[in-house]
Amino acid sequence: MKSINALISAKNISVIKNQKSILKNIDIQINKNDFVSIIGPNGAGKTMLLKCLMGFYKPEFGEINKKEGLKIGYMPQSIKVINTIPINVKSFITVRKKFDKISFQQVILETQIDKIIDKQLSILSGGEMQRVLLARSLLNNPDLLILDEPAQNLDISGQMNFYKLLQSIYKKRNLSILMVSHDLHLVMVSTKRVLCLSNHICCSGKPQQITKDPEFISMFGKDMANMMAVYQHSDSRHNHNNQNFIIGEENN
Amino acid sequence: MEKKITDPFILRGILAGLAVAMISGLVGCFVVWRRMSYYGESIAHSSLLGVGLGILMGVGINLGIVFTCLLFGILFLWLQQSKLLSSDTLLGVLAHLALSIGIIVISMNRIKIDVHAFLFGDILAVTQNDLWGMYLAVLFVVIIICLNWSSLLLVTIDEDLAKAEGVNPLFINLLLTSILTIVVAVSIQIIGLLLITAMLIIPAATSRRLVNSPEMMAIVATLLGIISVILGIYLSVEIDAPSGPSIVVVSAVLFFISHFFGMFLKKE
Repeated sequence: MKSINALISAKNISVIKNQKSILKNIDIQINKNDFVSIIGPNGAGKTMLLKCLMGFYKPEFGEINKKEGLKIGYMPQSIKVINTIPINVKSFITVRKKFDKISFQQVILETQIDKIIDKQLSILSGGEMQRVLLARSLLNNPDLLILDEPAQNLDISGQMNFYKLLQSIYKKRNLSILMVSHDLHLVMVSTKRVLCLSNHICCSGKPQQITKDPEFISMFGKDMANMMAVYQHSDSRHNHNNQNFIIGEENN
Repeated sequence: MEKKITDPFILRGILAGLAVAMISGLVGCFVVWRRMSYYGESIAHSSLLGVGLGILMGVGINLGIVFTCLLFGILFLWLQQSKLLSSDTLLGVLAHLALSIGIIVISMNRIKIDVHAFLFGDILAVTQNDLWGMYLAVLFVVIIICLNWSSLLLVTIDEDLAKAEGVNPLFINLLLTSILTIVVAVSIQIIGLLLITAMLIIPAATSRRLVNSPEMMAIVATLLGIISVILGIYLSVEIDAPSGPSIVVVSAVLFFISHFFGMFLKKE
């Protein structure tokens, strides 16, 4: 049932490591202009699923199909750059990348890193580093952007700024996004589908539906579901009354 | 007989030293960035076994060194896959095992070599043929590194990011191991196996203070290596000391000069 719109699809993939089932019969399809968020507890296999889709881990069972010529941009959670390597933002973004001058200019303006382009990588703040990583993932004009907990190490205002930026890029570039993230309340408006993963797919669907799913509630508790419901109504604005809901985050 | 800096064998020694400097600075940057100094040290240790085996089997010491060190590197990378023990523990086991077997092989067969010369370097040992081999190896290493520069750099900055973008870290590790073994083979006569790591690390470390790009760090490290070799060999001839330690002392002096200079500049 491969649709023409599918950029990448996994069919019934399973990953078994040390006799432990990391992923079990996963079906997922990312379409053109899709925005899919994957949520799930620690050890749920979220990163492994991304690895399988990007093709640097071959699942024990199942198959993965990519649209021919699909360009993927990948943004990791964070990188630790040691001071020993003297490298500035510009060199880092462009190392091992094919690009032209125009798209380079476009990317650095889009991600607002034009002012830090000559800074050394090791002295960037958390928010700056995430924008730099995003810029790097965008440089080859990807059709699909894969992000692994991209705002995990940022404070709450940093997270909001990052997701705002991501949403504007999503709208402007007309690309697809697959993201592992627990900050669903911050990307509620853009997210088209949520996939709740705990080694198998517990539930999936539109964000509004998923918060009512009993499996979702049993995994994340009522707080998270309520919080997301609030954000759906309030157009994802930061609401100080809801600060206590951060407790609902399960990730470290 | 009094040695003079213009004697042909001294000039050969200087040429050999320059060959060492041309690759040790470049490769040394990766050793410093990737914190591989103990790995480099271990590969150097295993080279004594290569010397012994090379002479025993009549294939020459260079081939013996490259073969043994490569085997050592592959054995290490294989043991490392289990992740049960840390890298420095594994290297601690392998490096000393290789050094011990090397000493045993050399003493059991009464191979007539000057172990002292291999430990600390001896410029008098360099022949014209050695020089050709050395410069061929230098050319090979420089080309390989230039061709793989961006992948090497990306793996060094972040291994996961590199993996995600299609670089195979195991391939890069094997590549670096092979390059390190060649550096060891090229350096052993001039620097000596106990001090090879110093030539990898000190020029690169000195260079770090003076530059702000990885390419410049490699270039400056190479230049510092060249200065160290020339002054070091001059020193060794003047005071009749082994070449390896003399070169290392000069390069360490440069390190401290750049360190103090850097501190001074920061205060200004």
